[in-house]
Amino acid sequence: MRRQPLPAWADIILIPIINITLALLVAGVVIALIGENPFKAFAVMFQGAFGYAEGIGYTLYYATNFIFTGLAVAIAFHAMLFNIGGEGQAYIGGLGVALVLLTFDHVLPFWILLPLAIAAAMLFGAAWAAIPAYLQAYRGSHIVITTIMFNFIASNLMVYLLVNVFIVPGSMSPESRVFDQTAWLPTVHDFLARFGIDVAASPLNLSFVIALIAGVFVWLFVWHTRWGYAIRTVGFSEPAAEYAGISAKKIIMLTMLISGALAGMAGINEIMGVQHKLLLDFVAGYGFTGIAVALMGRNHPLGIVLSSILFGALYQGGADLTFEMPNISREMVTAIQGFIILFSGALTYMSRPWLERLFGLFVREKSTEEVPHGR
Amino acid sequence: MDANITTEIISTLSATMRVSTPLILAAMAGIFSERSGIVDISLEGKLLAGAFISAAVAAVTGSAWLGLGAAIVVTMLLSLLHGFASITHNGDQVVSGVAINIIVSGMTVVLGIAWFHQSGQTPSLPNTARFMPLHLPGSETIGSIPILGDIYTKILSGHNLLVYVAFLSVALTWWVLFKTRFGLRLRAVGENPKAVDTAGISVAWLRYRAVLIAGILTGIGGTYISIAQNASFIREMSAGQGYIALAAMIFGKWKPVPAMFASLMFGFLDALSIRLQGVEIAGIGQIPVQAIQALPYILTVAILASFAGRAIAPKADGVPYVKER
Repeated sequence: MRRQPLPAWADIILIPIINITLALLVAGVVIALIGENPFKAFAVMFQGAFGYAEGIGYTLYYATNFIFTGLAVAIAFHAMLFNIGGEGQAYIGGLGVALVLLTFDHVLPFWILLPLAIAAAMLFGAAWAAIPAYLQAYRGSHIVITTIMFNFIASNLMVYLLVNVFIVPGSMSPESRVFDQTAWLPTVHDFLARFGIDVAASPLNLSFVIALIAGVFVWLFVWHTRWGYAIRTVGFSEPAAEYAGISAKKIIMLTMLISGALAGMAGINEIMGVQHKLLLDFVAGYGFTGIAVALMGRNHPLGIVLSSILFGALYQGGADLTFEMPNISREMVTAIQGFIILFSGALTYMSRPWLERLFGLFVREKSTEEVPHGR
Repeated sequence: MDANITTEIISTLSATMRVSTPLILAAMAGIFSERSGIVDISLEGKLLAGAFISAAVAAVTGSAWLGLGAAIVVTMLLSLLHGFASITHNGDQVVSGVAINIIVSGMTVVLGIAWFHQSGQTPSLPNTARFMPLHLPGSETIGSIPILGDIYTKILSGHNLLVYVAFLSVALTWWVLFKTRFGLRLRAVGENPKAVDTAGISVAWLRYRAVLIAGILTGIGGTYISIAQNASFIREMSAGQGYIALAAMIFGKWKPVPAMFASLMFGFLDALSIRLQGVEIAGIGQIPVQAIQALPYILTVAILASFAGRAIAPKADGVPYVKER
């Protein structure tokens, strides 16, 4: 049977849909094995994610984190680097945000605090990516292993800092004090209430808009600047980049610093937007989800925003699912992420030959008609 | 020497043996896989899966051996999945490994809660359902000899069966890789798959066998973590040991014996760090627990940075083999 190269729309839309369907299929089998009804479970999840205003707010709040970590993974992928350290970079980014806010929240107005906090999130996230980046570029140490190690180191560092430095004296829980209310990012429901629009309260806040802007920035940077071009060239072929006068080492550093900065921005949403204090494990796996988001979204900002909303829905729906079906724990969502990474990242080529044959069936008639004209 | 310090040293070395065991097994697994040209980040996930399944099966059946068997079956299935993605479909091997790690991280908790309702733990096992310490023959007679006796009875003897299996696996790995025809072909396929293919030997089948062996070894390693070293499964209990094993393998330049020594070194540092907790050190004071816990990870980075730059991986490691037409 002849194969037909896939049209662009099938490659961009159909294949991701097939991959997520396969992942959900496997998840459904797991749910059935546990003894619950998978259709009912998915219905509960969908209802929880999109069925009511509060649910939608939570979905988009989770999506905000995933846009940042997804963009972080994606920009590294463009240089063929696998940044698995989004988890640690986001954690340390949050540390930067908290340092700025704890120092200046009673001193500076909000419109100065916000850019300072964003700068700190990016700087701290980038700094946490800098050592693995340097070791990859100049020492050839595998970035996958070094970034994983830095996740563990970040986690220990943060426990130390929270238990010994940030803890409120006399308190038992390892958390910093709550920031002054001037330093809180405005939530969407508060913002809309000013215009008389009444929306259910949710953690969704201004950082969703910042995340969308970051997406536009990444799109411009990767496809419309010479640095972006250099990044893609290095990703395509390092020797080719070197021959073209691009220093692969510098580009690896640049890419990873931007990647770390983007991951660090998740701290803006979590620390400045929602928690309003520094606390343990606020990253909660968002860095790893970024890998699935980037793979689903084909490393393109638009795809990343869409797949972030999908994963936001999974997280939010998963929370409702655990509530409705206590037998299914929240970690089901982690497993689904794993399946999605497997199908859309490692088995990308599995469905393609089948689809190409399928398209070959439809296109055959047309091409036989066209041949005589060609001659 | 102060008797106190001697006992400290002996118990640290004995702990080193216990802590290194899963590292050694996973490092050998990594060697088989990567020598055949398949990068295996999923050592971590396979250790975790092995730990969960063995503890779950041992809890239900009361048999450590059935636990071990079930763990090996499951880790071999995970290896097949990794092989299916990276050998059959030429997928990205690192991505496939990461996917397996995340799937296992989620599934062990999902199944743990669904089966045992103990927030992701498995029931704590009685000693009859675990691998318990063995006493090597002649411990009592040799034990009376001064230093040698202590080394034999307190460091070498008194571990469970799987510790000895780990050291045996090093010898076996060496023998299979360097003394058998299969090993020669396995190394060849990791260096130059095209040559192996030209000789009429199936690249895919060789690589599948390599990852299956890796599955067996990680299954034993995982079993060790949950039902020999501990008495139940706790979520995320592999805690990065698969990655550290990978670093040990790189540090050992993809060779069994050096990789074993690298694993022992990581194990020693880990054992030492447990001893150092809460100890006052002159001039520095008490080292924070978190710094000690982070030590293996920091050292892994330091070692990768200092030596691995010069270590040479198998040439075709991580490169899917696509037959040219």
